[in-house]
Amino acid sequence: MTGLEDLYREIILDHYRSPRNRGELPAPPAQRVEGFNPLCGDEVVLYVQVQDGAVADIRFAGQGCSISQSSASLMSAAVKGKTVPEARNLIRTFKAMMSVHEARLGDGVDGAGSTNGSGNEDAHDSATDLDSLGELAALQGVVKFPVRIKCATLSWNTLAQGLDEAEETSTEATNT
Amino acid sequence: MTNSGVNRTGVAPGVTHTEQCGDDVDFAKLKGDFPLLSRTVHGHRVVYLDSASSSQRPQCVLDAMDRFYETTYANVHRGVYTLAEGADRLYDEARIAVGRFIGAPDPEHEVIFTKNATEALNLVAGTWARTNLVRGDVVLLTDMEHHSNIVPWLMLAEERGIELRWIGIDEEYRLDLADLDRLLDGVKLVACTTMSNVLGTITPFAQIAEAAHRAGAVVVADGAQSVPHLRTDVSRLGCDFLAFSAHKMLGPTGIGVLWGRRALLEEMPVFMGGGGMIRDVRHDGFTPNVLPWKFEAGTPPIAEAVGFAAAVSYLEGVGLDAIHAHEVGLTAYAQAIFEERFGDDLRVFGPPGTAERGGVLSLAFRDVHPHDLAQVLDQAGVCVRAGHHCAKPLMRRLGVSATARASLYLYNDESDVDVLADAIAEAGTLFS
Repeated sequence: MTGLEDLYREIILDHYRSPRNRGELPAPPAQRVEGFNPLCGDEVVLYVQVQDGAVADIRFAGQGCSISQSSASLMSAAVKGKTVPEARNLIRTFKAMMSVHEARLGDGVDGAGSTNGSGNEDAHDSATDLDSLGELAALQGVVKFPVRIKCATLSWNTLAQGLDEAEETSTEATNT
Repeated sequence: MTNSGVNRTGVAPGVTHTEQCGDDVDFAKLKGDFPLLSRTVHGHRVVYLDSASSSQRPQCVLDAMDRFYETTYANVHRGVYTLAEGADRLYDEARIAVGRFIGAPDPEHEVIFTKNATEALNLVAGTWARTNLVRGDVVLLTDMEHHSNIVPWLMLAEERGIELRWIGIDEEYRLDLADLDRLLDGVKLVACTTMSNVLGTITPFAQIAEAAHRAGAVVVADGAQSVPHLRTDVSRLGCDFLAFSAHKMLGPTGIGVLWGRRALLEEMPVFMGGGGMIRDVRHDGFTPNVLPWKFEAGTPPIAEAVGFAAAVSYLEGVGLDAIHAHEVGLTAYAQAIFEERFGDDLRVFGPPGTAERGGVLSLAFRDVHPHDLAQVLDQAGVCVRAGHHCAKPLMRRLGVSATARASLYLYNDESDVDVLADAIAEAGTLFS
């Protein structure tokens, strides 16, 4: 049985009650980008400052449930100071963790999964990656609550968009 | 347009007795009629508090549909074989039963089966309004409307350049009618809910309809929330059109009703084209069928109509007045429990007391996000809806992005409210 403790881990509640990097940055130079979950009204406004190919600073504002807000807080702490390729890697790993398919294989809910050799390998790979996620792994319980996955991935999708836009901006600046 | 005054008593023969029979209803036993309510979720019995979104069904509705599929099923539209005759008869009887349920003076012609209330409202916007409204004409709505009674008018505004006006709400979550006559100036159509799906507010619909008719407007009632819970009589409401859905009143999904005054329906152009809605089709044109088939293109929801009739019969057996009294009692009980256990920590968006509201309780608990609250409640088997409830303009007016909504129906009881309150307290502990 899936319990609430799988979803609301202490780290998540802590980041919800005391969010890290909450606020704004002057934009520009920071990239300001909005993310929105129309289904439940979760909203995140992200300020990403990319300098010398790294996330020099990051802030987030907006409103939403404990999962969307704590995920944004955990994300901001995880990518601050990372190079852009490192941040992109983290986004990929996090979103893989949020995949319902893999969660089912890991859970053994999908009985057919046991006959699928490659599926098991995927599960093994993502388990290895989880080690690299640190505190973020606390959010893996969300995947057992499929409706809430969008809450957890909102800030990460917004970050991906922010990094894309920051890259475009810097390319434009170089070209002119 | 005036009130026709047809059938002022409003209730068709054979239906009035239900008023009395409700007094003897044992609501404690009703729960047993609903098979789904006996299942468990996360080890707890289901406490279903989402009937404003969609209700559950009693066994007799499920049986009626099964029996129809097992013994009588055939397509409608005048097949000559015995099965088809049976299906035709049941489909026609369902139309009359549902029409009588809302006091329709002429159910055979005035009750159009649609997919749901949404389609019924789109039908009015797409035919009557599209034919009769031109650029600059005004449609009056309210801040309490469901998206189903907003978006069709926004679509028409985009297409035709009509103007939309809005009746606001007051401090106690009622419609603010202080400016009604000024708002009605030049209005061609008023579309208004009879009960808010977020606030539970029962609107003074008859008063609005009377003023609207004086101003020369056609009046559309979105009855999706009230028809399942309050005795309905289209003549007393004073509406020209009434839309509602079966699935919110113990019936199946996929069927709803547009009731309209016959004279209006007669002059309206067709809505969707296809089989059944035509009298003749040629290479160069078609002749529409007569009412009500004119608006029912394609094979209709036949088994659903049979289930709908069974649902209406069940509701009449219990009695709408008894159902309303039961829900008033439960709402008062919930209000008292909430006040006693949570005080100012739990906010209910809706009119105080029980006189002007139904059993829809939109909740805000401390600063716990509605989605988190609903998630904790689910662990206790409690089903509530969290979100904007398809009423975003109203949510903006309330200054919130979402609420957690518990809605009551005839199968709920005080123990359901107790479980809800316990689960809210648990959420309080978790998010303290």
